[in-house]
Amino acid sequence: MGNQYGHMNDKTDVWQGTLALMILKTIETMGPLHGYGIARRIEQTSGNLLSLNYGTLYPALLKLEQEGSIASEWGVSENNRKAKFYKLTRAGRRQLQKEARDWQQATAILARFLSPSGDRA
Amino acid sequence: MKRLRAWLIRLAGLWQAARGDRELADEIASHLQLNIDDNLRAGMHPEQARREAILKLGGIEPTKEAYRDRRTIPLLENLLRDTRFAIRQLRKNPGFTSTAVVVLGLGICASVAIFAFVDASLIKPLPYRDPNRLVGLFEKVQLCPQCPLSYPDYLDWKRLNKVFTAADAFEGSGFSLRTSAGAEMAGGAVVTAGFFKTLGVAPVLGRDFRTGEDAPAAPRTVILSYAAWQKRYAGNAAVLGQTVTLNGDANIIVGVLPRNFHFAAVGPAEFWAALHTNANSCYPQRGCHSLDGLARLRDGVSVRTADANIKQIAGELEKQHQSNRGQGGAVIPLTELEVGRIRPILIVLLCGAGLLLLIACVNVTSLVLVRAESRRREMAVRAALGGSRARMAGQFVTEAVVLVSAATILGLVAATWLMRLLMGLIGEDQLAAMPFLYGLGLNLRVLVFAAAVAVGAVALFSVTPTWRSFLPDLREGLAEGSRGSAGTTWRRFGANLVVLELATAVILLVGAGLLGKSFYRLLHVDMGMQPEHLATLRVAEPDSIRDNNAKVVALAHEIMNRTANLPGVESVAISSLLPVRGGNTMWIRVLGHPFHGEHNEVGYRQVSSGYFTTLRAKLLHGRYFTEADDASKPPVVIIDRALAEKYFPGEDPVGKQMAYAGATSPPMQVVGIVEDIKEGPLDETTWPTMYVAYSQDPDDHFSLVVRTSKGEHALLPTLAATIRRIDPSIATFDPRTMRDRIDNTQAAYLRRCSAWLAGGFALLALLLGAAGLYGVIAYSVSRRTREIGVRMALGAQPRAVYRLILKEAGWLIAAGIAIGLACSLAAATLLRGLLFGVRAADPGTLAEVAAVLGVAALLASYIPARRAASVNPVEALRAE
Repeated sequence: MGNQYGHMNDKTDVWQGTLALMILKTIETMGPLHGYGIARRIEQTSGNLLSLNYGTLYPALLKLEQEGSIASEWGVSENNRKAKFYKLTRAGRRQLQKEARDWQQATAILARFLSPSGDRA
Repeated sequence: MKRLRAWLIRLAGLWQAARGDRELADEIASHLQLNIDDNLRAGMHPEQARREAILKLGGIEPTKEAYRDRRTIPLLENLLRDTRFAIRQLRKNPGFTSTAVVVLGLGICASVAIFAFVDASLIKPLPYRDPNRLVGLFEKVQLCPQCPLSYPDYLDWKRLNKVFTAADAFEGSGFSLRTSAGAEMAGGAVVTAGFFKTLGVAPVLGRDFRTGEDAPAAPRTVILSYAAWQKRYAGNAAVLGQTVTLNGDANIIVGVLPRNFHFAAVGPAEFWAALHTNANSCYPQRGCHSLDGLARLRDGVSVRTADANIKQIAGELEKQHQSNRGQGGAVIPLTELEVGRIRPILIVLLCGAGLLLLIACVNVTSLVLVRAESRRREMAVRAALGGSRARMAGQFVTEAVVLVSAATILGLVAATWLMRLLMGLIGEDQLAAMPFLYGLGLNLRVLVFAAAVAVGAVALFSVTPTWRSFLPDLREGLAEGSRGSAGTTWRRFGANLVVLELATAVILLVGAGLLGKSFYRLLHVDMGMQPEHLATLRVAEPDSIRDNNAKVVALAHEIMNRTANLPGVESVAISSLLPVRGGNTMWIRVLGHPFHGEHNEVGYRQVSSGYFTTLRAKLLHGRYFTEADDASKPPVVIIDRALAEKYFPGEDPVGKQMAYAGATSPPMQVVGIVEDIKEGPLDETTWPTMYVAYSQDPDDHFSLVVRTSKGEHALLPTLAATIRRIDPSIATFDPRTMRDRIDNTQAAYLRRCSAWLAGGFALLALLLGAAGLYGVIAYSVSRRTREIGVRMALGAQPRAVYRLILKEAGWLIAAGIAIGLACSLAAATLLRGLLFGVRAADPGTLAEVAAVLGVAALLASYIPARRAASVNPVEALRAE
């Protein structure tokens, strides 16, 4: 695909493995939502700091669905377009809680390492 | 759990590709539409709105690609696609495919079926605890290396040995069973009380014999086989405590054996009675040898140590007891006793099946190679276009897998069928002696064997064409237009393969020829009688009269008189034992010859006066028994030629006297000499045998021999019915014609099975070898069409073309036969134990095999040679 997205280079790419967490959190906050809506919402939540190929969302959604964290259903969007809506399952909710907790713990540890004061005592 | 679920869904996705694709297309379309809507709302031009939306998505096709990879398992999907392609390729060439599948299937069928027999008899452990620690105990005398023990000897061995944790004795014996309809013979055995404990077998119902239950005073007890429990008592648990009358004695049923229990040494016994050594039985005598021993080795004791210990004990007993003179001992592993007889045959047959599999593989390999050869150009083009070698080799592998899978399925199906056929060929009688064969089947071990063969075949069929395709640089294949030198290389390689095939076929043909000849010679061995048109039946007189000799003889005469009056019956006789069975022996001495207590062991038969005329034996000198030789007259004896030559060298035995070895034995006068009759096994030299007059020395168990003018088969049921009418408490059993008896002796049936199977293998090998040769020559002719055309254009006659082609074939055939004959000389030594009346290096067989194979191979190469000779030179040249 070359360099056609060069104008987005000032944005951060989505880290491996965090996309699933973002998707789950987005669906939890917004309720059932279609793929486009989830992508837009992730970009907005990140304050447009994240660069996201919307296409990469779909394999991630499929993986979550295969694992039973989300379920999908065809429906109609707010502006009357046919779209596939994803909603959180009970297992997905549990997974979200666990992964959010893990993530917070990991970032907290890293934050301590990286804090300028170096105050670890 | 989560991962597993995802994998299963992805696996299922393999079969739902079309539906998934449609749904994804819809979802992406909807996504773009939503994005475009937004873009339009933001004020974009419709064209630009659509372009931006697609850009933001990251392209439609890449998205679909990534999604598909996630939806199924890409590796598996590729494999599936390759397999479909391979199946398509193979279907495009049905001739190649069906030939390869059938040929390989045949090889797999033969080897799997034979392996299943090997598994059932040699690999699967016997159904006892630690079967490898069990041994059989025998006495060893000159005529008989594995002879039964006497009960006192058994007790001494048990008491004196330092090598066994337990020793027991048993004897297979038919019981005359009293039923509501009269008497019936049932298979059975008598065993000492510890027998089942020593084997490590516990009854499924009831209890084992208790210690001391084999004492003479103990009440008689019996354990049922599972089959007898089902058949005679409908599997009713209330059978325990009931009594059953065996040989006139009431026995209490105390247990039922497990369903899978078998003990080949006594055949399919229904009743296992505790041994009772009553004073009126012969058990208490040291000279009564009727028991087999069974023992369990102490930990750490080898069979050899045990054997040495027993031999030493037997040596001491020889010194103590006059009757034990010349009697050694032998300890033999139980496994060896049960399967030792069949092992050499199975090994030979497994080798044969292996060779057939080898030929089949070689045949298919050359087919695969020819195919690869014709695809060299395709491969070269693909390589030039950037196809990786791995990907191309992968295609060979996939094709091999498809081919071999089909052949394996075919082979397994055919193998189950072949196994059933072979079981039928073996027959009920012999199965009774080899009960372990009932465990035959496609079990896990057999399937693993089949899988191993299949994996080997896949490796062979994928490696050889790959190797051939990549050996010379691929560019060569492109440049030379796949003609000429590549053909030559293959021709040389293919020629080597054909020599291998022909040589293997020779080995199999020689083996089959030797076994076939042995079988023929065995059936045509001089029996000293005419076995055709003889009906035989075994008879047990009622137990109530067994101690009254006069009544026993009278009833025997009554039976003979009644049967003699049946229509079509020419003559009737009885004998204590039928021919080709071996059996009872006696120790004799010749009066007037020096005697120091040697054991002059000879075969022993009690026969009625008409025995020799009924068998149509040949009287050499003297006379036969007459009705007048009864209990009121001095004892008389007839001897066979072997006994006369051994014990009366250089004198005329008629009129001389002989006696049993015991000091009190009365003298018997020799009245006649007959030509040797095959009383013992067909494949053994005839034992010296003595015949005594039944009326002077009767037995309540005997066999009836009836000569008919016709229809001896039809007579069998009539015989049994006639005897039953005399007295229903007479038990009759084992009705068979003499021919049937001879054909079903172990010596005959073992050779029959092996000869038929080896013959079948050899025939297939011959066909495959000839087909392989045909393939190579036909290929060579097709490659040389142009050359032949040139030769003919230059004036060569068809005869010269024939010579050209047949010379090429002739070299291959000669090489194949020469190598094959050399190898078969070595292979035949493996057969030696199975041969009869023919040497392992039999020049006749070798010459016949060479001739048969030579003719078949020349025929196979004649067909392409004729095609070559009929080449039209003009067309051949134009075709290039």
